Amino acid sequence: MKNIVYIQANGTLPKAAFEVVSYAHQLGGTVTVLATGSLNSDALSVLGSYGANEVIVNRAITGNDDQTIAAWLAQHIAGAHNLVFSHDFNGKAIAPRLSVKLKAGFISGAVALPEADGSIKVNVFSGKAFGYVKSNTAQRIISLLPNSVAPSMTGNACTVQEVNESMGDSRIKVLSVKKPEGTIPLPEAELVVSAGRGLKGPENWGMIEDLANALGAATACSRPVADIGWRPHHEHVGQTGVAIRPNLYIAVGISGAIQHLAGVNGSKVIVVINPDSEAPFFKAADYGVVGDAFEVVPKLVEAVKKFRANS
Amino acid sequence: MKILVCISKAPDTTSKIAFTQDNSRFDENGVQYIVNPYDEWYALVRALEIKESSGAEVTIITVGTTSDEAIMRKALAIGADEAVRIDSEPNDAYFVATAIADYAKDKSFDLVLTGKETINFNGSQLGGMIAEALNAPYISIASKLDVSGNTLTLEREIAGGVEVVEVSLPSVVSCAKGMAEQRIPNMRGIMAARTKPLQVLAPNKTDQLTHYVAFASPSAKSGVKLIDPNNMDELVSLLHNEAKVI
Repeated sequence: MKNIVYIQANGTLPKAAFEVVSYAHQLGGTVTVLATGSLNSDALSVLGSYGANEVIVNRAITGNDDQTIAAWLAQHIAGAHNLVFSHDFNGKAIAPRLSVKLKAGFISGAVALPEADGSIKVNVFSGKAFGYVKSNTAQRIISLLPNSVAPSMTGNACTVQEVNESMGDSRIKVLSVKKPEGTIPLPEAELVVSAGRGLKGPENWGMIEDLANALGAATACSRPVADIGWRPHHEHVGQTGVAIRPNLYIAVGISGAIQHLAGVNGSKVIVVINPDSEAPFFKAADYGVVGDAFEVVPKLVEAVKKFRANS
Repeated sequence: MKILVCISKAPDTTSKIAFTQDNSRFDENGVQYIVNPYDEWYALVRALEIKESSGAEVTIITVGTTSDEAIMRKALAIGADEAVRIDSEPNDAYFVATAIADYAKDKSFDLVLTGKETINFNGSQLGGMIAEALNAPYISIASKLDVSGNTLTLEREIAGGVEVVEVSLPSVVSCAKGMAEQRIPNMRGIMAARTKPLQVLAPNKTDQLTHYVAFASPSAKSGVKLIDPNNMDELVSLLHNEAKVI
């Protein structure tokens, strides 16, 4: 069986790149990584240790243009059974194009390896349920939800072949890029600290940031908090915001409405801190602290700092 | 300017999600349907804002059965000019996308808008598929969209940030939070919607590339372990030793 993985390689490789390569390796057969971007070949060869047999990197494509990337990929996938993407901004734009171009079934938002009947478990109803989807075509495209499959080291570095295959100019012109410095993108974060209206005002977010910094976590918030402008929209997790699946989700002063739970119940471990012991979030939590956030969170920050200092 | 907004039916955000006894289908018992929030709040409302500021004709399209007409009337009540329903179960994104592209291809739409995903299938597939079928540029997960003449300026999500881009019409855009604010239809809109045109067409093609074999509900949590608010060392120790997440 032949598997192809697409990754974008500018700057450092994201964890999602190791996840998709590990996933393709576990599908069985060979894994060829098709990459675009400027990352050097030594850094790309590391993908071999996660199961890639070879990496082909196209230096002529450096941006995010889905149309030129899809056109390049389409030239290199003859005979491939599975095409694997991360279900991130890139996969969400390129994979649907390829599905139409190749007339190959696209299974998006996969959270596990295929079942015995060939179907693949995917996230549906915004995390409130799972579906099992089968492709009607022999060649299939899979996009893997971040943080669903743990990357595993299996072998050694692999060969990297550099190519320069221009697919023409992008019809989309990039004017500028805004990147907040030093923050962890929410969908990729393994640890997330989130807060809601229980914090009473935007001026009280300092302790949430302290906790996030002590843990090395990303910060998030509930919908009302984003709507009233206490926090930026991109931090809103929930059914109509970002859906996340971190290893640890700490919710402070969030009651746990069904729409919020939908966006976070893929989290492996949930900690809820809330003064109201009747808050619905406790039913979805693994660990709960019934108490005032303004007393509990600073104590938790101290406890985390002590733990980090001793480990 | 002609704008096509793709809308889809989704269960109300407070719905309890359950499946039929053999887990083969979503259990619609007692479920209230709404326009998928990304399609309505962002795609449709932004289209209407463009119509109000610079003039546009806004058509909504959905692939669905007769039962979808209630949400289509709601979209008309908010302000869309006309509606098109492709009469079929929307079971596969490729099928839906090719049906919409097939309708749109000779109608010279300047802009095709979709929500960034539906809240029931979360696939984020439709926009990219329509763009490929129409050979149009695709700007995915856009949180800002401005039109000036024949040029669109957009902000869209990229790895760890936002990219500001420019593209010529015609284009396909998937819309996310930030682009517009939800609107509640008023009585005049609701009355007017009753007589706005709603065209029903049969799909030309029937190819599907995927199908669902089953659904499942997530397993319930075993129960919360409560920690003394004065003993955060214990919480940290449990997260390290028991949960193994830090």
